[in-house]
Amino acid sequence: MASEAPTSIEYIQHHLQNLVLGKLPAGYERYDGSVLAADTWTFAHSSQEAADMGFWAFHIDSLGWSVVLGLLFSFFFYRAARRATVSTPKGFQSFVELVVDFVNNTVKDIFHHKNRLIAPMALTIFTWVFLMNLMDLVPIDWIPQAATIVSGDDHIFFKAVPTTDPNITLGMAFTVFLLMIIFSIREKGFLGFIKEYTLHPFHTDKWYVNILLIPVNFILEVVSLLAKPISLGMRLFGNMYAGEMIFILIALMFGAGLLLGAFAGVLQWAWAVFHILVITLQAFVFMVLTIVYMAMAHDVPDEQH
Amino acid sequence: MNITATLIGQSITFLVFVLFCMKYVWPALLSVMEAREKRIAEGLDAADKASKDLELAKQKAAQQLKEAKEQAALIVDQANKRANQIIEEAKEQALLEGQRIKSSAQAELDREIARAREQLRSQVATLALVGAEKVLARTIDPSAHNDMLDKLAAEL
Repeated sequence: MASEAPTSIEYIQHHLQNLVLGKLPAGYERYDGSVLAADTWTFAHSSQEAADMGFWAFHIDSLGWSVVLGLLFSFFFYRAARRATVSTPKGFQSFVELVVDFVNNTVKDIFHHKNRLIAPMALTIFTWVFLMNLMDLVPIDWIPQAATIVSGDDHIFFKAVPTTDPNITLGMAFTVFLLMIIFSIREKGFLGFIKEYTLHPFHTDKWYVNILLIPVNFILEVVSLLAKPISLGMRLFGNMYAGEMIFILIALMFGAGLLLGAFAGVLQWAWAVFHILVITLQAFVFMVLTIVYMAMAHDVPDEQH
Repeated sequence: MNITATLIGQSITFLVFVLFCMKYVWPALLSVMEAREKRIAEGLDAADKASKDLELAKQKAAQQLKEAKEQAALIVDQANKRANQIIEEAKEQALLEGQRIKSSAQAELDREIARAREQLRSQVATLALVGAEKVLARTIDPSAHNDMLDKLAAEL
């Protein structure tokens, strides 16, 4: 938050802007009116600047937190794996085993092929997405305030929840999508892969009709294919973004008198409790859908055309 | 809210963490869990087997006890029979022996009587002679009256 009391709109906008590191071109007029002499890599100081940085910019806050949380997950699970004993599991090991067992069972239920990547990927997705979602439960101003103090910059943007950034969720979804295509080609061969997108769902016994049907099939199949990663990523993003929005709106009430402030406290608590369910569920859904997509990539259709 | 290269960054990060998990976390944890699962299954099997063995041993023990009891009853029965037999035999023998003793005693007695008689018979002559001597107060020639004396003795 800025030091001078911001309006509600400013407050909300401030909370929805990532910390963007990107390149501004020479001759660009900065937020304070200064004009850049040369191309400069810098942090965006306004939404307009962030937008003008184009594609080649990095959301340092989202990426940073996602890496930190990923490292946290990797470190603790690696340590648990190193220390794991066959005898009665204790403390953290039994917790880790509980999670691993849960993920393993889910994978076994859905994915019936042999692929060593799927189960570890499901575990990584579940725990990592859960941890990233968990950041939502940290009171909304704490981490941005800390960032302000650390950086000494009153205007610094900082979003603490990586999964409220579509880049993060779509990044993961597109990776899943890529793996899906790779496995699909590996399992069915390139020709089989092509056939799947040209000879389905409409198919007849006469080859000349099939040729006519290829464009229709292709459009249908490609749309349904592309819908998968986008819905996967946008579902997680949408849920977390909406949750964060509610937190921001509740936080706005803190400044509106004692009574409303107290009411906001109760609301925030209640929403946080409800959100525990949402963040776990969304992590689970992301994991399950990934496994389902992987299973679909491995499923060779019974009917051969 | 813009789509930026963060997308690519996150993809790479994601892949790195997945590969790390696949290489160092998942197999180690799963192998430990599987080993434990196996161990528990073995333990349960062993417990099952042990309880089965116990059941079997119990049955066997009961069987043996029953057999032993039967055998003991048989032995006692036999012993009783044998005892009765021995008693019967002993009774018979005792009876026989008694009879034998009795008959031998009878024979002895008869012999004794006969001997006494013989002795008496042999002494009767002398006694009669002595008596007669006394009565007659004279000496009778034994050889002269031997015939008469023998007749007397035979009459006794």
